[in-house]
Amino acid sequence: MALKIIVCAKQVPDTNEVKIDPIKNTLIRDGVPSILNHDDANALEEALRIKDMYNDTHITVLTMGPPQAKDMLIECLAMGADEAVLASDRALGGSDTWATSNALAAAIRKIGAFDIIFAGRQAIDGDTAQVGPQIAEKLDIPQVTYVTEFEIVDREIIVKRALEDGYEKIKIGMPCMLTAIKELNEPRYMYIGGIYEATKKEIPVWGAAALGVDLTEVGLESSPTNVFRSFSPAGKGKGIMLEGDCDKDVAKALLIRLKEKHAI
Amino acid sequence: MVRKFAVNEVEPIAADIDKEHRFPTENVEKMARYGLLGVPFPKEYGGAGGDNMAYAITVEELSRVCASTGVICSAHTSLCGWPLFAYGTEEQKKKYLTPIAKGEKLGAFGLTEPNAGTDAGGQQTRAIDRGDHWELNGAKVFITNGGFADTFIVVAMTDKSKGTRGGISAFIIEKDFPGFSVGKTEDKMGICASSTTELIFQNCIVPKENLLGQIGEGFKIAMATLDGGRIGIASQALGIAQGAFDVTVEYMKARKQFGKSIAAFQGLQFEIADMKTRIEASRLLIYQAADRKDKHLKYGPYSAMAKLYAAETAMYVTTKAVQLHGGYGYTKDYPVERMMRDAKITEIYEGTSEVQKIVIAADVFGR
Repeated sequence: MALKIIVCAKQVPDTNEVKIDPIKNTLIRDGVPSILNHDDANALEEALRIKDMYNDTHITVLTMGPPQAKDMLIECLAMGADEAVLASDRALGGSDTWATSNALAAAIRKIGAFDIIFAGRQAIDGDTAQVGPQIAEKLDIPQVTYVTEFEIVDREIIVKRALEDGYEKIKIGMPCMLTAIKELNEPRYMYIGGIYEATKKEIPVWGAAALGVDLTEVGLESSPTNVFRSFSPAGKGKGIMLEGDCDKDVAKALLIRLKEKHAI
Repeated sequence: MVRKFAVNEVEPIAADIDKEHRFPTENVEKMARYGLLGVPFPKEYGGAGGDNMAYAITVEELSRVCASTGVICSAHTSLCGWPLFAYGTEEQKKKYLTPIAKGEKLGAFGLTEPNAGTDAGGQQTRAIDRGDHWELNGAKVFITNGGFADTFIVVAMTDKSKGTRGGISAFIIEKDFPGFSVGKTEDKMGICASSTTELIFQNCIVPKENLLGQIGEGFKIAMATLDGGRIGIASQALGIAQGAFDVTVEYMKARKQFGKSIAAFQGLQFEIADMKTRIEASRLLIYQAADRKDKHLKYGPYSAMAKLYAAETAMYVTTKAVQLHGGYGYTKDYPVERMMRDAKITEIYEGTSEVQKIVIAADVFGR
């Protein structure tokens, strides 16, 4: 099929290792290792599975970030991606999701023709889940978010999209944008041989000029989002008590609710 | 990568496979997939294209959580893959090294016999030239991976009159060769999830082209193989020590006595300092040996020093780890008792600590 796939990924602080400053109540980021964002690993894994099936698939991983984001791209290459591109420039720093998706959409246009863009649902540091959908809008391509199952038959894609209380099964043409959630798959490890190959590969770094983006579209100053307050959300309150005439009915009701919430 | 693999795939089953004496076939397959069974071999022969340093770290990280898994990798790579790589003809490398490096086939090495251990020259297994094939008769013991390997490097006496140097040759044996069988499986004190068996040769027919290296070169091949193998076992020992150290530090932070964590007692802190120092010293010795091997410098005595010291460190650290865990450390609810049992073998196989001293001293005084 010779599919061209672009995977959007982000290097994030490993939140398992992040500690909270007990006085300032903010995250202590110093010395925290950076990792490939979890959902993005699922996005890459799905692309790699397509490549496992169709050898002529070409996967390009794209990220925007500081120069050290190259380490994460090397990890993606070592897992089996063919190519990686880093969008990096001081002018891009501090971008919110709108500005980030401007830069990434520009990078994707520069990469050229593609069939599928896979992105993770959201990054564990920002949790916005906005960048993937915004890229799709800016490229004017159809999108399906929260993809939990993926199938491709004769250039036609069928995906299962997780909703809060159920699923949607959607048929979608190419090119398209799909955002992955962790239920989609179990990401593979890097291959030892892949690590050696990855470190030898050239990773192009594109600045704002190379991307051809207007400086009014990227960076901190051009970002419409302003954070005016950070706070810890209140607790969720008490749960739901299920009642019924017999234990069997209650168990049945519980089973339905657990299934609705994708707990089982 | 190997740390992540070891923690996710190997550690969760390490205690169970030890208890059940079960060879972890499923993890061997996963190791093959990710290239862990061919780290130091070139890509053209199916390897990962890495070096001995990367291989040493691979064995260490696997052994940090499961010494059995570590030795499966080490015996396969050092004792079967390496002699094929170093002494095999192009045809032999294509036919035998490639599936070994890819991990499609598992490898083992047969040198030790009931009456030829440290005195490896006292081989009683005979190989007779039958014109169109070799015929092997004899038995090998304590063969790591024996019960699960597909390819074996085996040495046998081809000309007793020439003695150790010149009279012994090496052969590539496939598990399906007529006259070859796997004998009894050893019931061991430690590394219980690894397979340690006898190999039996009864008029075993070996094709002529399966002679490895030249006739009479077998002892040299075996000794060179063990020189490299020691880097693997030293790394295994280091991994065991590091694993025991890591769980002990966590235990000491959590365990409270006399109203404070036992990590706060200076007497115990001093134990930890000694353990850590020996671990780091072992690591540097191993890295030195691996680095010398990568640079094609003489590494035999250096790998002997690394193995001698790392094995002693593994025993020292695991014994202390059990002690620092107190009564809990003596139970199977904590991994340190397994690690202590596993550590002991590193002082014995692929050359006992005494043999390492012979190798080191021989280099000092010349031989």
